[in-house]
Amino acid sequence: MAKLIVDGSEIEVPDHYTILQACEEAGAEIPRFCFHDRLSIAGNCRMCLVEVVGGPPKPVASCAMGVRDLRPGKDGSPPQVNTRTPFVKKAREGVMEFLLINHPLDCPICDQGGECDLQDQAMAYGVSGSRFHENKRAVEDKYIGPLVKTIMTRCIHCTRCVRFTTEVAGVSDLGAIGRGEDMEITTYLEHAMASELQGNVIDLCPVGALTSRPYAFKARPWELSKTESIDVMDALGSAIRVDCRGREVMRIMPRLNEAVNEEWISDKSRFIWDGLRTQRLDRPYVRKDGRLTPATWPEAFATIAEKAKGVAPERVGAIAGDLASTEEQFAFKDLMDKLGVANVDCRQDGTKLHPKFGRASYLFNATIEGIEDCDAVLMIGTNPRWEAAVLNARIRKRWRMGPLPVGVIGERVDLTYDYEYLGAGTDTLQGIVDGSHSFAKVLAEAERPLIIVGQGAISRADGEAVLSLAAKAATAVGAVAEGWNGFSVLHTAAGRVGGLDVGCVPGEGGLDVEGMLAAAEGGGLDVVFLLGADEIDTRRLGNAFVVYVGTHGDVGAHRADVILPGAAYPEKTGTWVNTEGRVQRANRAGFPPGDAREDWAILRALSPHLGHQLGYDSMAELRGAMFERHPHLAMGETVAPADAADVSALADLGGSVEAASFASPVRDFYLTNPIARASAVMAECSALARGRIDAEAAE
Amino acid sequence: MLADQDRIFTNLYGFHDWGLEGAKKRGQWHRTKEFVDNGREWIVEQMKASNLRGRGGAGFPTGLKWSFMPKEVDPARPHYVVVNADESEPGTCKDREIMRHDPHLLIEGCLLAGVAMGAHHTFIYVRGEFIREREHLQAAIDQAYEARLIGKNNVHGWDMDIVVHHGAGAYICGEETALLESLEGKKGQPRLKPPFPANVGLYGCPSTVNNVESIAVAPEILRRGPSWFSGLGTPNNVGTKLFCISGHVERPCTVEEEMGIPFRELVEKHCGGIRGGWDNLLAIIPGGSSVPCLPASECQDLPMDFDTLRDKKSGLGTAAVIVMDRSTDIIKAIARLAHFYKHESCGQCTPCREGTGWMWRVMERLVEGRADPAEIDMLLEVTKQVEGHTICALGDAAAWPIQGLIRHFRPEIEDRIAQRRVADAARPAVAAE
Repeated sequence: MAKLIVDGSEIEVPDHYTILQACEEAGAEIPRFCFHDRLSIAGNCRMCLVEVVGGPPKPVASCAMGVRDLRPGKDGSPPQVNTRTPFVKKAREGVMEFLLINHPLDCPICDQGGECDLQDQAMAYGVSGSRFHENKRAVEDKYIGPLVKTIMTRCIHCTRCVRFTTEVAGVSDLGAIGRGEDMEITTYLEHAMASELQGNVIDLCPVGALTSRPYAFKARPWELSKTESIDVMDALGSAIRVDCRGREVMRIMPRLNEAVNEEWISDKSRFIWDGLRTQRLDRPYVRKDGRLTPATWPEAFATIAEKAKGVAPERVGAIAGDLASTEEQFAFKDLMDKLGVANVDCRQDGTKLHPKFGRASYLFNATIEGIEDCDAVLMIGTNPRWEAAVLNARIRKRWRMGPLPVGVIGERVDLTYDYEYLGAGTDTLQGIVDGSHSFAKVLAEAERPLIIVGQGAISRADGEAVLSLAAKAATAVGAVAEGWNGFSVLHTAAGRVGGLDVGCVPGEGGLDVEGMLAAAEGGGLDVVFLLGADEIDTRRLGNAFVVYVGTHGDVGAHRADVILPGAAYPEKTGTWVNTEGRVQRANRAGFPPGDAREDWAILRALSPHLGHQLGYDSMAELRGAMFERHPHLAMGETVAPADAADVSALADLGGSVEAASFASPVRDFYLTNPIARASAVMAECSALARGRIDAEAAE
Repeated sequence: MLADQDRIFTNLYGFHDWGLEGAKKRGQWHRTKEFVDNGREWIVEQMKASNLRGRGGAGFPTGLKWSFMPKEVDPARPHYVVVNADESEPGTCKDREIMRHDPHLLIEGCLLAGVAMGAHHTFIYVRGEFIREREHLQAAIDQAYEARLIGKNNVHGWDMDIVVHHGAGAYICGEETALLESLEGKKGQPRLKPPFPANVGLYGCPSTVNNVESIAVAPEILRRGPSWFSGLGTPNNVGTKLFCISGHVERPCTVEEEMGIPFRELVEKHCGGIRGGWDNLLAIIPGGSSVPCLPASECQDLPMDFDTLRDKKSGLGTAAVIVMDRSTDIIKAIARLAHFYKHESCGQCTPCREGTGWMWRVMERLVEGRADPAEIDMLLEVTKQVEGHTICALGDAAAWPIQGLIRHFRPEIEDRIAQRRVADAARPAVAAE
């Protein structure tokens, strides 16, 4: 611990603190532009200047100097730092003047207006007039992609964006060229940035140089209502804030959640909102003479009731989609149970995870925060960069902290950090299990090895055996031990863990998704309920009568005989359980369009028409019923550790595996769900990414 | 005046052989083995006793700087000697003479500095524009390798590999930490200090960056003893120094002289006096472009050393004396320097990036008198806002020439503005077209 005196009051702070941190600890506010907690220290904006008494007669950049570098006073008294003296104020005013002389001061037409660090700090350290009578510098705007708009004249060269892309995102796309006042931030050849996290530079930019291109000139921050919610674009459950004007989502921003996403979100999470407006199902439809025609709710329900009447439960199927909330899947399963239908499944991709193996068999047991504690990583059939971009950044963060051996079984992809490519499929995994592969030794010697199992490895026909083999690998290398469970399943669907938690899987003798499709193809199913299920091959539904509850005119709706319009994730309250088993609640930010309703309410309204009314009339009652059956869902924001014995039991399962290689289920990062497929922004990003992949292949 | 036998750079003008044979004839590589055998502490003590102050401009005691290197060498973090041969300060042309004509002094110095710091590697960062200098230096290094004076298993018993690296022509790379960045292959931008290079330097390892001249005088100091060196010059400003006199003297030259030599003697003895006589002298910049100028009235008996010039609110810097006679437009001269610093600012930190351009633009207007007299004070204030607020000293270097100008030549600037006003008033008003 180090003692120092800040503005006359003595405080004690840890040795590794910078002066800036110490001052904040003491309650003094330090202005800054370039400094950011999660990035390396640049010390270039010079806004955080403070006075160190007894040092050289010049102000010190507090962000860059550690408290241990301060010299004590002559009589041995603690070093003194002043943050409010006229000397400091003058120094900061000088820096502010320099920042403003070449800044265009175009706040009225700047999208950053109202949430601009420069604007705010100019209120404190700016003066009312300018002494600068020369021409201001003008800088050409750069094209850096379809997501981030640049107005480079506003740039104050803090280099936060450059540091973020190189350090956190792990791409070297952004950099500074030129010298002195001609220095410019660019992607060199003005190509689009190739990162799934690039949108974060918009939040990092302290001025309006980098702003959101899709959001450009759409709204002012003070006219938006802000709702805290949870993202569903991947299985991480990143903390987000949904900004709405009226019922329209205008933008999505990250919230701080150290345990999950720190303060980053992926581009898909951030820019998905234009997909919430297009292709929306805003009224019920009923297929008449081969065409979908608008209908009223009673008409739609009557049509379903008529078709479902007298159908044997074995000839009914029910599939829940990837974005469905836990409550919806609970109500869905509940309804099907009441109807005696066993053919229920939430695993569209055919993954072989099953609640019968115990909760530890399908969770990311090491937890996302736990990644920072691991000392070796084995990835089995996963591409975390596409399946969970923010989690991949966490692995990269750990990799940057110190040596981290990473082994990959599956595809050779650019993960933004170095890894050892071990092999393509089950043969290599077998080698890890029996210790014949050299990487098995690396894992065995590690104290906290992390085994990441991707859906690419376990959604195949032999998935159960592969899952068991992966569990065996984990136990063989000591990844499951006292205080550390490194067996970690990485999900791709936001609703999956919740679905597995509430048992939204086939009942006794029921068919899974593949079984239902096969049965429907052969005419074995008469009625199929799809709860936002669009990731299945709908051509295989045969002649079944399809009821689609969902939000977008995607493949499921195209095949449907009755469409019941539901609410997208910002339009409803719900619980989602992320890949590590963290129970999180999302709040409603706006209302669904037109006649659309929240999905659980649709199921409740439909239930009497099917002859079995669900026993809850409000979300609170639904949750009450759910918590009664699954008490762990009543806890919010926490992860209840799963029983590690499940993993050992899973390892003993065995089974024969095929030699085929693993492939990640995410083939296009930008188009993984119906909302994304309706988004023009995501389509453009997807086309650019495909172009990059083609170009690489051509080389 | 410095006696011939006290000269260190005996082939400064290239009249003799610059190669190994010539160097040995001039006494170089003599007793080097003995110094190496005396060991690390001995060399550092000798250097400290000699009171040598760094010749790169800041005048930091060289022996003390060497002693900052960690005493124990961690095998994972080797020590490095880095020689700053990025001589780019306008007016300065001393290191290039050493590299062209006496390269073996530098190479021998590298070896001894390596011993004093526990380093087995030296990197010499040569300015991009120096082509011949680099060729000579490289040829001399090859000779030294050939003769097993340096390299692995050499005759001195201290392994030393020397690498010559060519810069790409940026002034800022002469700043020691920007030099290290550039040497590592990155954009040449100064680093934050602390940590200082002696703890975290090149590739994160302990390093010491020295000027060419500081390293090149070290072998002679050891050969003749520190008391010989400290006996020359004035107290606290000892030894010999290469002075580069340019501008309006009869014969501009680079010459080795005693520290503290009066300016008049320096110019009379070596440069044939001021062009047009002493009454024609307007001002001098005593230490390279970055130090404030001094008017003729202060120059006559001015001792050329660190402390006196500092007290005069100027500096000895690299001892590159730029002499200006009365034909000089001093405002324009300083405006040109302001342009140089605006062009060479790395752009990393705010005050220098924005301030150098502002200062230069105001200077350009002052040259033409297109300004308000109040802007002189504003300009002075801007220089104060830059000075001391930046990561490296380039901000200071850009501010000082302008401060010197305003301190000593304010009436000239005011006259220029007044004249312009008179001229503008006299010009027939153009009818509104």
